[in-house]
Amino acid sequence: MTALIARRLLQAIPVLFIVVTLTFLLVRSSPGNPFSTEKKIPKEIMEELETQYDLHGTIGHQYVQYMTKVAQGNLGISTQYRNRTVNEIIAQTLPVSMTLGSMAYFLALLFGITCGAWAAVRHNAWGDRALMIFALLGISIPTFVLAPVMVMIFAIWLNVLPVAGWGSPDQIILPAICLSIPFAATIARLTRGSLLEVLKLDFVRTARAKGLSEDAVLFRHALKVAILPVIGYSGPAAAGILTGSIVIETLFGIPGIGPFFVNSALNFDPFMTSGVVLVFSSFLIAFNLVADILYFIVDRRVRLE
Amino acid sequence: MEGIGSLRISRGWIVPGILAGAVVLFFAFFYCFGGWTLSAPADLTLCNGDEPQTLDPAIVTGQLEGRICLALFEGLTTRNAKGDIIPGMAESWEISPDGLTYTFHLRPGIKWSNGEPLTAYDFLNSWERVLNPATASEYSYQLYYLVNGEAYGTGKITDFSQVGVKAPDDHTLVVTLTHPTAFFLELTSFQTLVPVHLPTVKKYGNDWIKPGKMVSDGPYVLKDWRLNDYILVEANPYYWRPVPVHRIKVLPTNSPTACFNLFYSHKTDLILDTRSIPSTLVQDIKDKPYFHANPFGATSFMRFNVKRKPFDDVRVRKALALALDKEDIVTKITRAGEPVADTLVPPGNAGYTPPEGLGYHVDQARQLLAAAGYPNGVGFPDVNLLYAIRGNSPQVAAEMQALWRRDLGITSIHLRGQEWKVYLNTQQLSDFDLCLGAWLGDYNDPQTFIDMFVTDGGNNDTGWGDPQYDAMLATSENTADPVKRMGILRDMEKILVDDEVPIVPIYFWVGMSLYYSDKVGGFEPNFVDDHRWGEFFIPEEKK
Repeated sequence: MTALIARRLLQAIPVLFIVVTLTFLLVRSSPGNPFSTEKKIPKEIMEELETQYDLHGTIGHQYVQYMTKVAQGNLGISTQYRNRTVNEIIAQTLPVSMTLGSMAYFLALLFGITCGAWAAVRHNAWGDRALMIFALLGISIPTFVLAPVMVMIFAIWLNVLPVAGWGSPDQIILPAICLSIPFAATIARLTRGSLLEVLKLDFVRTARAKGLSEDAVLFRHALKVAILPVIGYSGPAAAGILTGSIVIETLFGIPGIGPFFVNSALNFDPFMTSGVVLVFSSFLIAFNLVADILYFIVDRRVRLE
Repeated sequence: MEGIGSLRISRGWIVPGILAGAVVLFFAFFYCFGGWTLSAPADLTLCNGDEPQTLDPAIVTGQLEGRICLALFEGLTTRNAKGDIIPGMAESWEISPDGLTYTFHLRPGIKWSNGEPLTAYDFLNSWERVLNPATASEYSYQLYYLVNGEAYGTGKITDFSQVGVKAPDDHTLVVTLTHPTAFFLELTSFQTLVPVHLPTVKKYGNDWIKPGKMVSDGPYVLKDWRLNDYILVEANPYYWRPVPVHRIKVLPTNSPTACFNLFYSHKTDLILDTRSIPSTLVQDIKDKPYFHANPFGATSFMRFNVKRKPFDDVRVRKALALALDKEDIVTKITRAGEPVADTLVPPGNAGYTPPEGLGYHVDQARQLLAAAGYPNGVGFPDVNLLYAIRGNSPQVAAEMQALWRRDLGITSIHLRGQEWKVYLNTQQLSDFDLCLGAWLGDYNDPQTFIDMFVTDGGNNDTGWGDPQYDAMLATSENTADPVKRMGILRDMEKILVDDEVPIVPIYFWVGMSLYYSDKVGGFEPNFVDDHRWGEFFIPEEKK
């Protein structure tokens, strides 16, 4: 087990290296300059800026300069926010996204698994069908539609929750719900499908034959097995949900890391883009590893070779 | 299987375990990282449009950053609510009869926000910092009007004492210009020319603009700044006069929908950025009491690439200009009451009478197009119209394409939308046939628009040039008589929009803002769209 974790962490290093390399080179080789503005910048100033940021010379030279800094844990200074280091921006915004994300993740798992199990038990009854229609809607309605509708209902019409902002506990409710809905819906469908299969298996019949109550069969036996696909899904999902969402964070005015993903790329900010990509890939690798370990613990058939 | 016995965690705990883990994670971030900070109460909350890229006045180029900068810093001159130039850190000044020498007298007893006295040397040294190539200030050209300013700014000379600014004593600043510059007092009110506290800049380097470190001289001091969350400014106790509003909270919300929702639910008192108002809503809210619009010194226009066929032919350029139904664009697309533009310089410049412009005359346009060899648009080559995928530019470009098809029968104009930074790159390389753009005046003077199109000017990008036009600009710059000077500028603009037509003006911008007049005072529509926060007050009824 320790060997596995160590091996996977070692594997992560070349993966992250390749990801950062590709990101940096793609941003730097696109037609566009991080410093260009509507008013043309004098040549001398442009050269000074490029020198200050180590963005002069050949792309290979720039890349070596950047990777040397990254190796020392310095992700560079944002070309967009000229007084802030990428480390500082990530340190300020990532915890916000993770606060919101962990709340949404909790809601997604809680409602996803509960609803999925509830629907599986009532297979083909009206409750099952209604829930699965809702789940399908949850998956297919994009958050940029869902969020404004939720704001309109709960913040504008009913006036029970704030429209946007960050800083008081009630401001997390709407964005967390909106962020969790697509994940909850996916988890519900996964749980239901998996549980339906499991409920047909022999060991469930045995459990019932032993005279166990339906609750005991469901929670102590069937769900433990049926949860496997959910665990597989929830690893990458956690990486996605904890590193912020541009749509939710922009629409609700939340100071998270989400908008930096897209905006830094649009602004050709090579250091910021590479920095957020690095964060996201690290999360993805870490949570996939956590999911694998959980898988191993739950499913005795899995061998960690 | 027995080998993993030590890891036998009861499998039944997996689901509650994950759930509990997520909760623990949540509270861990909640407490450890201060994911939430209790927002301090403010007397006034406003939406400013986006997260400022920097608050270093020498570096700032954007309007939204400039607003905050000018609340924190004040130059020799400043503006009142109407936008007029009034004395700032300088109490008075004299201008020599030839218009070349300005002698500023600083207010006695002015101080930095840390209590240290502010002297003329602070101005001198701050201007040196702006011009110094190592600062890489994109707006350093605002000081190129000074004798030797450009030479120092481009590194041709390294002795700052040769630059036309001197401080004979603590309270006097003498500025010498290369030629009479009618708008110089406007420049001294602009953020690039404000003084900064150099010991602080030296001590903290890049971090000097952060709360707790920044020292400033304006009506407000920086109290708190959380990225993408809020900026809090508080009245500067050392400012030379008391300001009516003690504490202002600035929201960097960049989604127009979120801004409007915040305003609608009374979470913000003021939206002062046009781009923070959802354009789709303008039609519905423009008659509401909280909606305010004012003319604003900016113009949307289109550039021709005169180096490429068929736009090397002035008849074709004129035909496209004459056949552009601008009224259709402002009523169907922009819809905020923008005036149609037949000239590049927006109306509202005192003393300036713009030329008439070409107007909308389809018959004349068709004749010109036929004379150029494309009757009814037949045989017109394939050309592209470049625009930025931002704001309403895509819709405006599509409408222009449709209008030329309708009125001239040209079917070979293709749309070419690009992301903002890519678009800027393409435009500056002149790699386009037609290019949609806009220009915001740096100062309230026609020159900021007209000098753009001198031969090979940095922002010309059309390939067009005219030695006569260049000579006229030089003459105007050396003309001290304002009436004569405006006359020359008018003749230049006539060449630009009536005769040579390297550009087609489309519409003038309007500045939009949302606020209830009984809640926010001191915010008056003005042509430069420059609202100094020191002028704000809260009407009595609200208190």
